[in-house]
Amino acid sequence: MKILVPVKRVLDFNLKPRVKADGSGVDLANVKQSMNPFDEIAVEEAIRLKEKGVATEIVAISIGEAKAQDTLRTALAMGADRAILVTHDGVAEPLAVAKILKAIADEEQPGLIILGKQAIDDDSNQTGQMLAALLGWAQGTFASKVEVSGEAVNVTREVDGGLETVALKLPAIITTDLRLNEPRYASLPNIMKAKAKPLTQKSPADYGVDMTPRHETLNVSEPPKRQAGIKVASVDELVAKLKALGVSA
Amino acid sequence: MKTLVLVEHDNASVKDATLHTVTAAAKLGEVHLLVAGSGCAAVADAAAKIASVAKVHLAEDASLANQLPENVAPLVVALMADHDAFLASATTTGKNIAPRVAALLDVMQISDIIALDGPNSFTRPIYAGNAIAKVKTSDKKLVITVRGTAFDKAATEGGSATIETVSGGMAESGLASFVSAELAISERPELTGAKVIVSGGRGLGSGDNYRELIDPLADKLGAAVGASRAAVDAGYVPNDYQVGQTGKIVAPDVYIAIGISGAIQHLAGMKDSKTIIAINKDEDAPIFQVADIGLVADLFQAVPELTQKL
Repeated sequence: MKILVPVKRVLDFNLKPRVKADGSGVDLANVKQSMNPFDEIAVEEAIRLKEKGVATEIVAISIGEAKAQDTLRTALAMGADRAILVTHDGVAEPLAVAKILKAIADEEQPGLIILGKQAIDDDSNQTGQMLAALLGWAQGTFASKVEVSGEAVNVTREVDGGLETVALKLPAIITTDLRLNEPRYASLPNIMKAKAKPLTQKSPADYGVDMTPRHETLNVSEPPKRQAGIKVASVDELVAKLKALGVSA
Repeated sequence: MKTLVLVEHDNASVKDATLHTVTAAAKLGEVHLLVAGSGCAAVADAAAKIASVAKVHLAEDASLANQLPENVAPLVVALMADHDAFLASATTTGKNIAPRVAALLDVMQISDIIALDGPNSFTRPIYAGNAIAKVKTSDKKLVITVRGTAFDKAATEGGSATIETVSGGMAESGLASFVSAELAISERPELTGAKVIVSGGRGLGSGDNYRELIDPLADKLGAAVGASRAAVDAGYVPNDYQVGQTGKIVAPDVYIAIGISGAIQHLAGMKDSKTIIAINKDEDAPIFQVADIGLVADLFQAVPELTQKL
């Protein structure tokens, strides 16, 4: 089967975001941007399914500015076979992204689409579920284990109370949680080889999708700062402080 | 505005997360609840008593027993013909169902709100809470998930809502089925509702150390137990312990962080706690930048001493 893996270029997870002074957003000029960590897990899972002989082809997709090509090259270097870049400058909301992905899925007819459960920039946690709705497919969100057997996939999900396993009819949507796998690093030879892998450029108009945002960002600000407090020198002092707070056995 | 709130339940009782969401919905307008499940009439009875609820829609069908989004979302969409806003808690259940509803309604969801600024304006954290965005939506219908820690719980008594049985819109999708669940059973308070949380990190070194040091302190204080991602990834404790950007968001009166360095993804899940206490041997650990009370000490000595002296 074919697997589609949408990936997003976001502020590198090691960097602390800086809010712009004019309140218009987070400053992304001249800062390192990388693949969303949950999407790396999605790419890795697709590659493992290919290594097991379950998948035959992996197509990485990104919707965003031209530089998202770097993110797609990373996916190709990890092991994806080809890539589609849908170039769009400006905000790409989850609903619009899901509509583009639906159009691509209609063309490509994949057996699975694996997405990160959320992007660490807008923390929306929507695209996979929306795509499942638009395609009329089953969804296994927050996956920590994926087992494909025949025409179905069993997905173990990390839920608030523990773990839950659901059986989904294929084709299906999976969104990844942190403990699904540990993504590999691309080796230098594979990074070189990725440069020759096919990358198709498209636009939202090619898929007939209107990118006009539904949300208007009125203001982005820093969260209220917590003041660092005091240090106590001993457990006895800590016990006294805790008792003053009403915390004791 | 007429709102519809998805009630979280286990077919027996209403989960606390829903009470926070009801408070948010009441700020928008009239509150209706949806109890979707199987053999869950008792849940509807309890839901009808929640303060400020006008109506409870009770949908009972075998296909709804496990809250599969493939079956629940079409039901919500049908009910949204008569409602203006759909609200779910920003829990794994709400986050699973709400975007599916939003896409079917052609609405761009507003995730994880922490404040209502107007009928179509909301405040929500982005970048793991390192920035706060105010957004205004142009959608006619609203689909919203609500961060529980930002809204007080609605009272569980005082309401007298009518219960209306839903008769249509319920069907087995044939797309997905429930296989099994491994849910943690604990005598301790639930993490998201606890007044005191004792949380352990990588500094503990092993799952055995976690159980020998964290558990007795939590038991003494009647506290819930939590963990950093590092401790969960290392296998010390199961995933449902995780506090952070992608785990649980908590805001107890007192959060005691033990052997947790304080990565921004962890701080995102607990920095709204009233009082943060940190015990860590590394005095430069970032956790001390947010802690109200810090103790620089070897946790293997300090924690047993603390447990004994409290």
